[in-house]
Order: sequence, then C-alpha cells, then structure tokens
Amino acid sequence: MRSPYETEADLCWGGRNFQFQSQDQEHWLHRMAAKGWTAPTWPVEYGGGGLDRDRARILKEEMRAINARPPLYSFGIFMIGPALLKYGSDRLKQQHLPPIVRGEIRWAQGYSEPNAGSDLASLQARLEDRGDHFILNGSKIWTSYGDKGDWMFCLVRSDGELPKHAGISLVLFDMATEGVSTRPIRLISGKSPFTETFFDDVRVEKDQVVGELNSGWTVAKYLLTHEREMIGGSGLRQEGEEALGQLAIRHVGLKHGQLANPVLRSDIARLEIDGTALGLTMDRARDEVKAGVSLGATSSIFKYYGTELNMRRQDLLMSIHGLHALDWDGPQSEDGRIPRSWLRSRGNSIEGGTSEIQLNIVAKRILGLPG
Amino acid sequence: MPLVLNEEQAMLQESARDFLNSQAPVSHLRTLRDERSETGFSRELWREMSDMAWPAMGIPESHGGLGFGFTGLGLVLQECGRTLTPSPLMASALMSAATLARFGSEEQKSELLPAVAAGEQIVTLAVDEQAQHRPEHVSTRMGRSGSGIVLNGSKRFVLDGMAADVFLVSARSGGKRDDPQGISLLLVNRSLPGVSVTRFQALDTQVLAEVEFNDVQLTETALVGQEHEGHALVEFALDTARIGQSAELLGVAMEAFERSLEYLKERKQFGQPIGSFQALQHRAAIVFGEIEMCKSLVLNALQMLDGHAEMSAMERAEIASRTKSKMAETALLATAEAIQWHGGIGMTDDFDIGLFYKRARLLDSLLGDRHFQLDRYARMRGY
Repeated sequence: MRSPYETEADLCWGGRNFQFQSQDQEHWLHRMAAKGWTAPTWPVEYGGGGLDRDRARILKEEMRAINARPPLYSFGIFMIGPALLKYGSDRLKQQHLPPIVRGEIRWAQGYSEPNAGSDLASLQARLEDRGDHFILNGSKIWTSYGDKGDWMFCLVRSDGELPKHAGISLVLFDMATEGVSTRPIRLISGKSPFTETFFDDVRVEKDQVVGELNSGWTVAKYLLTHEREMIGGSGLRQEGEEALGQLAIRHVGLKHGQLANPVLRSDIARLEIDGTALGLTMDRARDEVKAGVSLGATSSIFKYYGTELNMRRQDLLMSIHGLHALDWDGPQSEDGRIPRSWLRSRGNSIEGGTSEIQLNIVAKRILGLPG
Repeated sequence: MPLVLNEEQAMLQESARDFLNSQAPVSHLRTLRDERSETGFSRELWREMSDMAWPAMGIPESHGGLGFGFTGLGLVLQECGRTLTPSPLMASALMSAATLARFGSEEQKSELLPAVAAGEQIVTLAVDEQAQHRPEHVSTRMGRSGSGIVLNGSKRFVLDGMAADVFLVSARSGGKRDDPQGISLLLVNRSLPGVSVTRFQALDTQVLAEVEFNDVQLTETALVGQEHEGHALVEFALDTARIGQSAELLGVAMEAFERSLEYLKERKQFGQPIGSFQALQHRAAIVFGEIEMCKSLVLNALQMLDGHAEMSAMERAEIASRTKSKMAETALLATAEAIQWHGGIGMTDDFDIGLFYKRARLLDSLLGDRHFQLDRYARMRGY
C-alpha cells in the first residue's frame, strides 16, 4: 500500500461485491476505517475522523510522506456523503454515512439522462407517489460503474407541473431493488466504466429523500460542486506519480543536457508550471474559505482548469512514450494503460458539466455577466 | 503558510490603492510621457512614497528599514501595476536593496541601505549588454591598476538608470565572455569621472538608460561579495526582481481585466450588452481563471522571498522563473484580450487600455522574458 497506484483498477472502491486485490488492501481499509480516516473530516458520530481542516491536512501530508495509497476511493465520500451531511436528516445520516466510511456500500450517481446532458434540469425520470412509497420509472446514462454500485443517489422529477428546476428531488435506493437494471457503455478507450441504468416500477421508500421533496436541485448543485472539485483534482500530479520531466528524460533522452525534443520540453515545462499554479490555487481557495473571504463557484474554475491540464498531460504522455504508446493490449502494455487513459481523458471536459457549462457558471456567477 | 493576506498586509494594500488612485492614477503616467520626463518618474511622488516608508519595507530594521517583508512590498508593487505608476521602488528598494542586504559588506550596507530605505539614494542593477537577456554574457571589463580597480564597457536597458545614484555593475574579471565564472559585482557611483548615462525611451512610457564606463577608477570597497563570484549575486538580484515584476504584472492584468469586464457589461451592440454574448463570456471566464492561478503563484513566491533563509539558489530560480513565465504570459493575454473586447476604441491612444498592454510587454521583456524564464525553469528542473 506504499506504492503508487497506476489505474483506477488498483484502487480500493469497497462495496458489497468488491474483491480485494490483496490482504494488505483489505487490512489498510479496515484499519483506517476504524479510526474514521477514510473520511477524516466527517463527524465522529457518523463514523468519521472528526478532524478539522488543519489536522486533516496533516494526515494527508503524513500519508504522502510514506507514499500511502488512499485506503478507500468512493463516490460515497466525495459526493453523496457531503450532500447528506449538509442536507440529510439525522436518520439518513445515521443509516448511510457509517457504511460509507467502512467501505461497505458503494454508491452510484444517477444524474444525466439521454436527453438531459448539459441541460441537466430537463431530466425526465419520473417519481410517483403511491401513498406509503414512491415508484420510479425512466432511465439514466453515464452512471460511473453503475454495474458495481450497491446504492444509487438519483435525481428524479417528482412534480411534472412545477417549473423544471422546482420539480426535482434527490432520492436514494438500493440498486438490488427489483426493476433496476444496467447496460455497459463501451467507450473509445475500449473500456466500459459507465452504464446506462433503467428503472422499471422501482420502489423507493418515502424516507429516502435528501432534503425536502421537490428541492432536489439545490442539493444536486451542492453535490456537483464536490464532484467538480474531485474531477478538477485530476489535473494535479497524483501522489507518488513521477514528474513528467523526469519521465521524459528516461524515454526521450537528453541532448546537450536538455530534453532531445525542445518543443516537447517547453510543453512539459508549461504543464508543470500550470499544475503547480492549480495546486497552489486549490490551497489558496481552502485558506480563503477558512479566512471567510471565499469567492464561491471556485469548483467550476478548478473543474475547467484541472481537466484541461489532465488532457494536456495525457497527450504529452503519449508523446513521451513514443510508438510504445500505441500498444493496445500487448504483454508490455499493462492492458494498454497509456493509450486508454489518453482516450478516456477526452471525457474529462464533458463529464460533471462540460467545460462550456463551467465557463458559463464563472461568467454569470462570479463575473456577473448578463444573459 | 496560509495563502491569504494577514490584516496588516490587507490594510497596507488598501492604503496603497487609495494613495495611488488619488495621487498617481493613469493620467499621471500620461503627464510624464507627454512632458518627456527625463527620469521617467516623478521625484515629488517618489518623496511621498518615501514618506510612507514604501522603499523601507523590505529592508531590515538594523539598516534603517521597516523589516515589514517582501510580501508587503509586493502588494504595493501590485497596486502600482494597477495604476501603471512608475517609480524606482522595484529596482532600488527591492532588487538592489535585497541584494546588498544579503551580500554587501557591513560598510556597504550601512552606507547605502538607510539611504535607499529613505528614498534618498537610488540604486539599480546594470546587467544587460545586448538585446537578448543573458546575464552571464559580460564583456564589461574589470581591470586592475596598482591597488585600484578600473572599469570599462557599457550596459544597456538599465532600469531607472537616468535617476540612479549608484549602479550595481556586473563586470568580467576573468574567464571567457559567456562564462558564469569570472564575473564580479561592483558598486559604481554615477558621479565618478568616466561614467556617462544616455536616456532610452521604451514603448513610449518607460525610461531606461545606457550607461558607459570609461576608465572608471574604483577602490577595493566597490566590490560586492567575492571577486569572480558575482554571477550568483546577479542571479539573486534578478530572481528577486522577477518576483517583484510578477507582482506588478499581476496588478496590470487585474486592472485591465476588471476595466474590460465593466466595458462588457456597459457596451451595447445589437441592442444588448456585448457581455451577454457567449463568445465573450467564455473568453472572460478563461482570462479570469488564468489570473486566479497567477495570484497564487505570485503570493507564494513573495512568501518564499520572506522566508529566504531556507531557500536554495536553485529553488529561488525555479520559483522566480515559473512565476514570471506564467505571470507575463497571463498579463499579455489579459491585456491583449482587453484591447479586443474594447474593439476600435481599445486601439486609440486616448483610451487607457493600450497603456496596460504596453506595460505588460515591457515588464515581460525586461530581465528575461517569458520564453527565457520557461527555458530556465526546465533547466532548473533538470531537463
């Protein structure tokens, strides 16, 4: 657990059906979860570590110092957990947060629909009131690891009469419920990290609405800010990852003490500087929140900037590895890690709200431009 | 260290902004330009700045300064960037003072630093000899005559050279022309026989100078640091200055962006504000994001200067070069976009926005432009 992970498959995702890759991975999860350190800043009463931001940062630095992998990587921690903490009833928090901390339940996100992409609020999955419970019909698309999810947090239309932003609710249900089915979507990378998800008369319990009924859009937007920060973080050099310049020295070689390709060299230098700037800006945003002088809407800046950086990095990795980077499934290719990651990264500026949507948000909410 | 200003720093920034807005707005620069000011800045304004102890901020208390720190000085430079106010603050009170405080002899420090802190003496670095910035390229010769030193050669594009009382001059005492070894750093008083200074008008608003040294006789006390080992001192001076330039560039970029953003909201075409067009909204959002990135780099660099005891020369070089490279690129982007968003009026001399573009280019070019810095950054990173 002290070596860098290379693909998403190396991560510990947890969940009912998760196959640990090693006993070490299992021990690491259980030991960290016992201290609440899979979710260091969550309150102790919900199984979290109860650490303030400064202590959480120290923990992160210490983990980095020993090259520790994250014990658990989970949409529960990044997305639905923060939304529950802010908007959920105490009952919902008690029910759902501790299993997230322990890595027992893996969550899936039901947001986009075939006809509701950038225009998310036009979603049509329909929640009907049947007295003591709800019934859900419709479908979702781009469900990350939908086939591996145990529970889903799902945006639904709970009132078709209200204006589109007003009739939306965020509901939770077990994906093992009858009527839920998934179908994988094959990407240009040849992999299927997403599914379509179908709901055919799915029963949803009445107490599984996050926040008030029909006020789901507020919760959804809050959750999206967490998703965007998470995606934006992909623009930073990951823990234990080799610096691009060093990697290039090994693969491209030096000539007169400098990288043999001067154009590549300058692209790498720009990317390294931009990465440093993004990391410092994320730090600064946290410091500003603490000092009470935050701008707000920063998650859109980070999402836009971070995804641009990751896409540039993936493209540079292709150049650095030269023709080896074309190897799709050969024995040396680690299942085509480099070309598949490169292809997958094109989705970064689409998922979680396209780059154009992020720029719209910055223009309107921060810059106050009209229209 | 948190990347936010403390209360004292925020207050300083606000008072600097108020002062500059009332005493030296952009119209002040226009007056200097139209009068073809000899020095490129106003002596009277410089006295007022000195009365507020701006040049004393980065100088240690033991030598007549305030010891307030480089972050504070950087914030004032940032505000000077907003109003495009020219002054010797960066060249004298930051670049030269920091170098003397770090490497000067006790005698040199007590002679010069209190006077620099009080704004009574202006010290600047004379390093460039050719159009391409290459600080190790030195042909100005330091010779020996009996017990003394003789200086011959010329320096170009010297910041605040018309007003400087003392020059920090890099001179070749040994080695070949492009050899970093064999460079010595000398303090040369402008009033000495054999020193002559010629005015150079840069991009219509800033004044630089060409300085010639003709058999200038110096004593041993002119030498700063060790003979032949001056290159490291020059690098220190330049890196400190590049961070100061970045702070100024940040102010230039922010002001040009904010003015243009207001224009996007006011200017109507096709019956609506042009800021309602998505093509312009996205460009504005991108420039805004780039400036946010730069704010973090600049503040981080200034804070690193304040804690410089722990910083190696390599680290300092890496931080200075990455900050200036990114900051200059962003300032040029922001100011060029500013002209485009303003349309035809942005091209007119009557309108201020073009002055921001010119300042951005000037600061980029002086002491190593963004391409120089990017190349140097890669070298510092080992590739």
